[in-house]
Amino acid sequence: MTLLEARDLHVGFASHGRRARAVDGVNLAVGEGEIVALVGESGCGKTTLARTLLGLERPTSGSVLYGGAPLAYSSRALKAYRREVQLVLQDPMGSLNPRHTVYEAVAEGPRIHRLTGERELVAEALSRAGLRPPERFLDSFPHQLSGGQRQRVVIAGALALNPRLLIADEPVASLDASVRGEILALLLRLRADLGLSALVVTHDLGLAWNIADRVAVMYLGRIVETGPVEQVLTAPSHPYTQALLSVLPESPAPVILAGEPPDATRVPGGCRFHPRCQVLAGGAAAEAGVDSACRSQALTVLPASPEAHTACHYAAR
Amino acid sequence: MSATAGARRRTALARFWREYRRNRAGVTGGVILVVAVLLAVLTPLITDPAGLDVTRATGAKMAGPSLEFPLGTDESGRSVLLMVLWGSRVSLLIGFMSALLSMVIGTMTGIAAGHFRGWFGAVLMRITDWFLVLPQLVLALVLGAILGGGVSTIILAIGVTSWATTARLIRAQTLAVEARPYIERSKALGAGHWHIMTRHVLPNVAPLVLANTTLSVASAIVAESTLAFLGAGSGEVSWGGLLRGSYDWGAATSGAWWYILAPGLCIVAVVMAFTLCGRALEAVLNPRLRGVPR
Repeated sequence: MTLLEARDLHVGFASHGRRARAVDGVNLAVGEGEIVALVGESGCGKTTLARTLLGLERPTSGSVLYGGAPLAYSSRALKAYRREVQLVLQDPMGSLNPRHTVYEAVAEGPRIHRLTGERELVAEALSRAGLRPPERFLDSFPHQLSGGQRQRVVIAGALALNPRLLIADEPVASLDASVRGEILALLLRLRADLGLSALVVTHDLGLAWNIADRVAVMYLGRIVETGPVEQVLTAPSHPYTQALLSVLPESPAPVILAGEPPDATRVPGGCRFHPRCQVLAGGAAAEAGVDSACRSQALTVLPASPEAHTACHYAAR
Repeated sequence: MSATAGARRRTALARFWREYRRNRAGVTGGVILVVAVLLAVLTPLITDPAGLDVTRATGAKMAGPSLEFPLGTDESGRSVLLMVLWGSRVSLLIGFMSALLSMVIGTMTGIAAGHFRGWFGAVLMRITDWFLVLPQLVLALVLGAILGGGVSTIILAIGVTSWATTARLIRAQTLAVEARPYIERSKALGAGHWHIMTRHVLPNVAPLVLANTTLSVASAIVAESTLAFLGAGSGEVSWGGLLRGSYDWGAATSGAWWYILAPGLCIVAVVMAFTLCGRALEAVLNPRLRGVPR
């Protein structure tokens, strides 16, 4: 059962007089109780996609569907939507107001939504997020906590609204390696205990491997490969995914991508990865007879279905 | 919960006082202010306002300082000391109230202009710019003339014309606060405009507002004196009004220095005290200025 879905989503910005196509045609679905990892390098549009799914950004075309119904952007509808879908940001220090105590930070959601039994909600959310006993933390300020504790406070703040889906934007990128595992274990436990779905935005393939059921690889505003995490990460079929995986320490031969880093204001024609594609540059695409298609023929947008898909002329030959 | 919150507030206050006390200029200003305010409050208890009445003046005209009149007398034989004391009430009241008014307008405009980034914020900022470039004194004179005399009129005239710089300052701070990730988190939690402006932005700009208010009391007192000197006063005895009187009756040419110096020095002392306090508050409350050698 699909909980949250992006349907042919486009989000654009004006950037230095040019039009940046940050999200340029994305189909993506998160099912109930499912954890999906959205993987890609910096600037590929994954944070914009996450913000748009949260309703913090409006799509230029296409739509976000929650529970099958398109998201309404009236302030009342958005407020109701925010009880269901919550956000966890990368930097837990920045995402907590330094003047607010842990209690105030976690109670902010229940106060906004005027929920009753605020104290119980806060205590329950804190212990769910692994801050036990909650009374020990209520009067602390963010600067008195460790990074991992802060991120738990942010997660508790989201849990206090009893959401069905968490959108986590690089939830562990600013944390120590030792704390990362704990936060990831927490997300998995929340799924097991509460049936909480999650969309985890990350640049870290190892994280995706550890936590996700499905993975979607994003490149320059499009999802280029999607599928079950074991299949995509053990047998990647898109050259970009292959290149990402090849630079992991245990990989035999790293592929260093050539060419300029992608620029959302100048999306190349044909396959948008072709200027940096190692398969095209190495001549394998020419052998297979798809090199002209790579350079000139645009690929279709991948569907949001759970099976594996790849947007690549070479892989599809 | 509330007990620990109260204790926290007390320790924060104690820390603030410790920092403030180290600032010698700020303490000097504070002492002057406390004395000035105490005198103003106690004036009705220790003096008789009957002495302000020209028809009941007892002294000689333009008499120099003596035991009976420590600061001399004015053109009708009234005690200058008595008038300075009663004038301090009007001057301080107008200074405080118009600074308060200008801070309220400036803070609300600044936060709104920083929060609503679209056409609404742009319109607010154009209005602010308009008040910023308009000659403040001329506008206050015109307002005073239109609305007629009286203390509340002068408060209104000064308050309404002096909020623009505050609004600019608060807007800049609001923009800085709103760029923080916790605002994004708050939005994702479902917060509306009001929640973000009152729960996140206002507490963050409040120290700035406090320091700025103290500074603007000083300029409000100067503005009141200027208006009174130019003849657009409140009609009550004030320091500016006294200066006006000394000018009208040729105190300078007739050598009645006490008539000019008494209200003049009072203005200088109180304005300087407010400025010292404001600067000290700024230094203590703004972490970026903390520890900067002065």
